[in-house]
Amino acid sequence: MDTERSVVPAAALASLSAACAEVREADPAADAVAGVVPSLVASPASTDEASALLRAAAGHGLTVVPRGAGTGLGWGTPPSSCDLVVDMRRMNQVIEHAAGDLVARVQAGTTIGALASALGAAGQQLALDAPADATVGGVVATGTAGPRRFRYGAARDLLIGITVVRADGVVAHSGGKVVKNVAGYDLGKLLSGSRGTLGLITEATFRLHPVPAAEAWVTGEFGPPDRAGAASAAASAVASAARSALVPSAVELAWTGPPVVPRVGVLLEGTPSGVADRADLMAELLAAAGATPAVADSETPFRWWEQIPESGPVGTVVRVTFWVRQLADVLGALATAGASAGVGPAVSGPAGAGVLYARLDPATGDGAAARFIRDLRDRMLGVFGGSGDGSGLVRGGVAVLAAPAAVLATAGPDAPVPGADLMRAVKDQFDPQHRMFPGLMFPGPVFPVPMSPERPSGGG
Amino acid sequence: MTTAIEALVPRMREICGAANVITDPLELRTYECDGLTSHRSVPALVVLPGAAAEVASVVAACAAAGVPFVARGSGTGLSGGALPHKDGVLIVMTRMRSIIEIDPVSRRAIVEPGATNLSVSKAAAPFGLFYAPDPSSQVICSIGGNVAENSGGAHCLKHGFTVNHVTGLQIVTPSGELTWLGDGTGVTGGYDLLGAFTGSEGTLGIVTKVVVKLMPLPEVVHTLLAAYATTSEGGRAVSDIIGAGIVPAAIEMMDALSIEAAEAAVQCNYPAGAGAVLIVELDGPASEVEAELATVRALCEKAGATEIRAADDPAQRAVIWAGRKSAFAAVGRISPAFIVQDGVVPRTSLGAVLARIAALSASAGIRVANVFHAGDGNLHPLVLYDDSVPGEPEAAEELSGAILDACLEQGGSITGEHGVGVDKSRYMPKMFGPDDLDTMQLVRCAFDPASLCNPGKVFPTPRLCGEVPGHRRAPHPAVTAGQAEIF
Repeated sequence: MDTERSVVPAAALASLSAACAEVREADPAADAVAGVVPSLVASPASTDEASALLRAAAGHGLTVVPRGAGTGLGWGTPPSSCDLVVDMRRMNQVIEHAAGDLVARVQAGTTIGALASALGAAGQQLALDAPADATVGGVVATGTAGPRRFRYGAARDLLIGITVVRADGVVAHSGGKVVKNVAGYDLGKLLSGSRGTLGLITEATFRLHPVPAAEAWVTGEFGPPDRAGAASAAASAVASAARSALVPSAVELAWTGPPVVPRVGVLLEGTPSGVADRADLMAELLAAAGATPAVADSETPFRWWEQIPESGPVGTVVRVTFWVRQLADVLGALATAGASAGVGPAVSGPAGAGVLYARLDPATGDGAAARFIRDLRDRMLGVFGGSGDGSGLVRGGVAVLAAPAAVLATAGPDAPVPGADLMRAVKDQFDPQHRMFPGLMFPGPVFPVPMSPERPSGGG
Repeated sequence: MTTAIEALVPRMREICGAANVITDPLELRTYECDGLTSHRSVPALVVLPGAAAEVASVVAACAAAGVPFVARGSGTGLSGGALPHKDGVLIVMTRMRSIIEIDPVSRRAIVEPGATNLSVSKAAAPFGLFYAPDPSSQVICSIGGNVAENSGGAHCLKHGFTVNHVTGLQIVTPSGELTWLGDGTGVTGGYDLLGAFTGSEGTLGIVTKVVVKLMPLPEVVHTLLAAYATTSEGGRAVSDIIGAGIVPAAIEMMDALSIEAAEAAVQCNYPAGAGAVLIVELDGPASEVEAELATVRALCEKAGATEIRAADDPAQRAVIWAGRKSAFAAVGRISPAFIVQDGVVPRTSLGAVLARIAALSASAGIRVANVFHAGDGNLHPLVLYDDSVPGEPEAAEELSGAILDACLEQGGSITGEHGVGVDKSRYMPKMFGPDDLDTMQLVRCAFDPASLCNPGKVFPTPRLCGEVPGHRRAPHPAVTAGQAEIF
């Protein structure tokens, strides 16, 4: 890892300072990006200022890393170079909340918590699960989504308009402030999950949802510990819940311990009488699948990202995505890979939406973690390849979202995702010199680490 | 160009079979337009490939010859997105219409692009599932076309658009390579090219397989029709329903003129003398829908409904929907010619924009019938004119354009679901600045630097892609050395 601090020439500093009122020297402790200390930190107050700033940075060939609250920056790859961090937190205004239209336009540095307060007053919400201190721009850039992805999708599904500053300082918009709109290419989709590598998001417009009058979590536990076939039974329960006409907002699976028992959690939202009625029916469904059901209004067992330390090493986090039909096989592969590497992964996530995360305790040895990753990849290839239909479709993937550098070095990179060549072509068009978060998405001078559109610790 | 096309013919016959290559001028003419009949262009050559590999070979041959190509599904598009290129090849996808797989446990279907929208829901129905996006042409329109246009439909208010329901696309890139975007799961690493491709109107490549999400069929569906003296009264009901935190599956409104047309065409028997009818559909679990239905009914009454009808069985619901679904075609009964416009405004601006349309209509002396998706502010003004009267087509076109201007003044969009195509590319600069359009076309340059794939659509001025400074065409040395892979 490059721990050397970049040195920006005086002329560049002068240009940046002329473009943006707040430019300061970086603080090695507070401003390092995954261990890489930038030279400067700039805090633009407007899209215009951000544009002037990136234009100045382009003029001097500086490498740039956009930052929101920084809640997700410690994950994954360090940049191969970082001259300038662009701190978005001064752009923290809710520009417009059109409650009657269920639409809000916000500056990228607005925190999820501040936005939630502003919208909550009108009984509305941005239907995304993300940490309250993460910024809107970070959440979009990382593609963060939690349990309610099952019903509402991720940031890309809720975003209806975006303003982005390109690497060369040009400001571009797409979409608008209406929920239905097919005019032009949707740059919002492209920027969602791009993690700062295509441009700097300065504003986002979202479609909102009403805050439901009532909600309940129905949980089903597949105990006792070491019950034979518990994981398969839980997998069937997830599939049944996801396929039921009871319209769940989330279908989660947690397979953590101690004691290690699979649990399925289903979130229901709606009217008080409707939710009560549906919760009873969902409890029956889970019981029929072999679970001990319970209805609660607490979702604690499924707010799994809260179990990850906010500072210090996060350990290894691996995301597995799959078609729900294969959930039992996925759980089997996770268990076998864990056993053969001698680690006990904590597994949880929105399984009904085809996503699970496996976390290894930060104290896990690097060698064991790397063995787990490699073994899991091999086993998953068998699972996903088993549905081969000759079309080349591989029905799922394994992505290492976070891991110590030594683990990554041993485990090697993830398999290429579909369309990787086109992605590189897009990057080359938007950022021909690869100055925006260099090394993150594409092989650069330092070791490449896989990226993920989803930063479950919350973004930016 | 003719020689380039002639040179391609033997290769195309080799790829697709002689029966699936059309060169006869009369036959070629049958493909001269899509659902937007005001634009016509006879393609130089039509091919009907039968498999993804054939599409790839066809595109590769076009790319090698520098010949433009355009994909066409069922040809129902309303913005000329499938308008052929006169010197190019039209690739017609209608032979590729298989439902390849229904996976009810994963709630996914894999289909070929030529499959009709409704055929997907029909295939899923035995499993208690359906495909949610339902453009009004769903009986005939193709899934591939839906992907190109990011189609919506009456029920997208609650259930979302095509882009929210597609989790994987096998495409042929404009250079003729087969690749997947997304893997069907809905979560894939890297850039969301799946999302960027959907709605790109056929300009980034050709879809050859589509993985879609299937949703559980709702337990109950209730449809309610409320009659009002004016559209503004109906509009108040809509605001109150949304304000109550209810998101219906659909909220549709028709004004007096469109009701008159629908009566003439299908005798839908809507309440006599109504100045507006509102159709509200609620779907979901019985316990939720019943609670919401009571609230909606009360709010409709409070807004001044003169009559309310409700239906919960398919036949009765179809009666309510009959008038709405026939509306576009029905205006043909009361006008020799008409333009179907597609604009969007913030929902709360509907009243203002309807008033503006009425004023524009009065001053132009041209009738406008209004049918709209009131829940999401998507208007379909039908501009009625007589094409045998000199000057009327132009006046109608001008009025139609003025309606879009009115939508943009309210912060809206020039198209909610019909697409830009050839029809509206000239309006794009009114909605987006040069830098916006330039940036969008960076995506085009990444996919199709030679600009052969459905050229001349969406953007008023094509961007010259050229060579990008610092662009690395060769693999990175770390990749070559085996030290790294992309992702």
